[in-house]
Amino acid sequence: MALEIITANRLGDGLVIFLTTDGWSARIGDAVVSESKDDTAALLARAEADAGLVVGPYGITVERQADGSLRPVKYREALRTRGPSVRTDLGYQAA
Amino acid sequence: MYVYDELDRGLVNERVEEFRDQVNRRISGELTEEQFRPLRLMNGLYLQLHAYMLRVAVPYGVLSSTQMRKLARIARVYDRGYGHFTTRQNIQFNWPKLEETPDILAELSEVEMHAIQTSGNCIRNTTADQFAGAAVDELEDPRIWCEIIRQWSTFHPEFTFLPRKFKIAVTGAVSDRAAIKVHDIGIVLVQGADGEVGFEIWAGGGLGRTPMIAKKIRDFLPAADLLSYLEAMLRVYNRFGRRDNKYKARIKILVHEIGADAYRDAVEAEWADIRDGALALPEQEISRIREAFTPPAFEVLDAASTAFEARKFEDRGFARWVASNVRRHKVAGYAIANISLKPAGGIPGDATAEQMDAVADYADRWSFGEVRVAHEQNLVLPHVRQDDLYDLWLALGSVELDAPNIGTLGDIIACPGMDYCSLATARSIPVAQQISERFADLERLHDIGSISLNISGCINACGHHHVGNIGILGVDKKGEEFYQVTLGGQADENAAIGKIIGPGFASDAIVDAIETIIETYLSVRQDGESFIGTLNRLGQTPFKEALYGTA
Repeated sequence: MALEIITANRLGDGLVIFLTTDGWSARIGDAVVSESKDDTAALLARAEADAGLVVGPYGITVERQADGSLRPVKYREALRTRGPSVRTDLGYQAA
Repeated sequence: MYVYDELDRGLVNERVEEFRDQVNRRISGELTEEQFRPLRLMNGLYLQLHAYMLRVAVPYGVLSSTQMRKLARIARVYDRGYGHFTTRQNIQFNWPKLEETPDILAELSEVEMHAIQTSGNCIRNTTADQFAGAAVDELEDPRIWCEIIRQWSTFHPEFTFLPRKFKIAVTGAVSDRAAIKVHDIGIVLVQGADGEVGFEIWAGGGLGRTPMIAKKIRDFLPAADLLSYLEAMLRVYNRFGRRDNKYKARIKILVHEIGADAYRDAVEAEWADIRDGALALPEQEISRIREAFTPPAFEVLDAASTAFEARKFEDRGFARWVASNVRRHKVAGYAIANISLKPAGGIPGDATAEQMDAVADYADRWSFGEVRVAHEQNLVLPHVRQDDLYDLWLALGSVELDAPNIGTLGDIIACPGMDYCSLATARSIPVAQQISERFADLERLHDIGSISLNISGCINACGHHHVGNIGILGVDKKGEEFYQVTLGGQADENAAIGKIIGPGFASDAIVDAIETIIETYLSVRQDGESFIGTLNRLGQTPFKEALYGTA
């Protein structure tokens, strides 16, 4: 099965975050990775329990790159990790 | 401009405090997201791809310089230094924090602005001709009636839970600059038998997944009956509009399924009951609102300004800007100045805080403090003396707002697309940028002449691609961005839905395809014939042949 991680938007400021082993992070590299449907379901349940912190958690498919980093398969999800392609001075890509 | 009275101020301030309390209860966990979401939407706060998005209402596209300065401040203090003007004359901020949104709304209320009903299944911003009150061809200022509709529709308790969103547009002239025929209700000001102003009523227009041109429901509605008739129209929709399927819930589906005649009969029957009730508009009330739109203190000027004519002769750049961006004004010696928010290679409809502040200054200096937002995502200074146009143009140049491309191929309408919007299936802005860069040469742009090119990043059509002379729809084809092209759309009184021309184009081919279409037009057009004129005369055949090699 493909690798999956859980993403959501942070309640307070709406920014993109990823579920980690013990919380949430703005960095995709910190995300806890699921390799089975059961794992994903469990992670999603944990994410949804954090309704006071996050909005709209869902699973996305990722690939591990040669350098070990995680990259979303879908372009839309890759955009979410970076920011608008037309304003590279905005979003996480600007950091 | 309409100025809030005590009641208006009270409503908006109460709404801010109510929302502040709702936000606090959401953050504390007392409200779930499911409970909070409809409340958040009724205050124009969306959750998008990268962050929240706040859509602030600009009623019928009118802004005072004070309001524009406040928008600039919101962009600077609470956001990332810019805002985006939309195809419904509103403004969107792309990076507000939920926690700070009540403060944003409180600041907006200080200048009589809000984000009420800019989302949700309710009556949205009523839009109008951006040249209202200045246009040579208008029968009467449509803003009077937009304001009356605004007051009736804001917090209307019966229409807070419609099957879907509801959009009304009003034009004061036969020449329709407000795209009324693709709105849920479209209103045209017309003259009655005794010379009085009344309305031609259209219903069931819309874009999105199932684009449709509105049907005429009534030839003439007396002015006093406007609200009671609209009430009847909304009631019939509210009662019979579909609630089983989100994609079939707009009024256009109802009118299409039961037919315009049946819809009209139902409306007239309901109207008969309520016509003489509380919604009948007393002449006194109409006058009160009409007074809010008293024209500014225009000077008495000569129809032609020798200084202006001389400047055009001396400065070709100025002459070119005038040719594309300036329109005739009803008052002698004045002009309507369009400010393009479409610099070649830029993001259509975006303006920085600095640019907004500059426009506010120019409005104060040269346009009686008034600015308009056009649904084509541009700005307008409606009342500029011809004598002042040159100074205005120089000033616009200093803040990169002098693109001489209104109504040309460079004046692209584009939704935010997948760069911002969680609904999108493809990016739209990069396509707009590449096309405007390809056609950046001004000689060529002006030679091509009057044309509309609209781009949507998904089937919801917020970029109005269906009614562009050239429409581009971004879709997802096996994980790749792919672009379908339609030809023949029109948004004005000759409203038409564009027809798809053939197989779509990959992102590295779409700009060439557009260039092929334009070159084809240039090679077959008659003298003085616009793109749409050529297309309507010859049909799609020459364009299909050029693109695909077959008829």
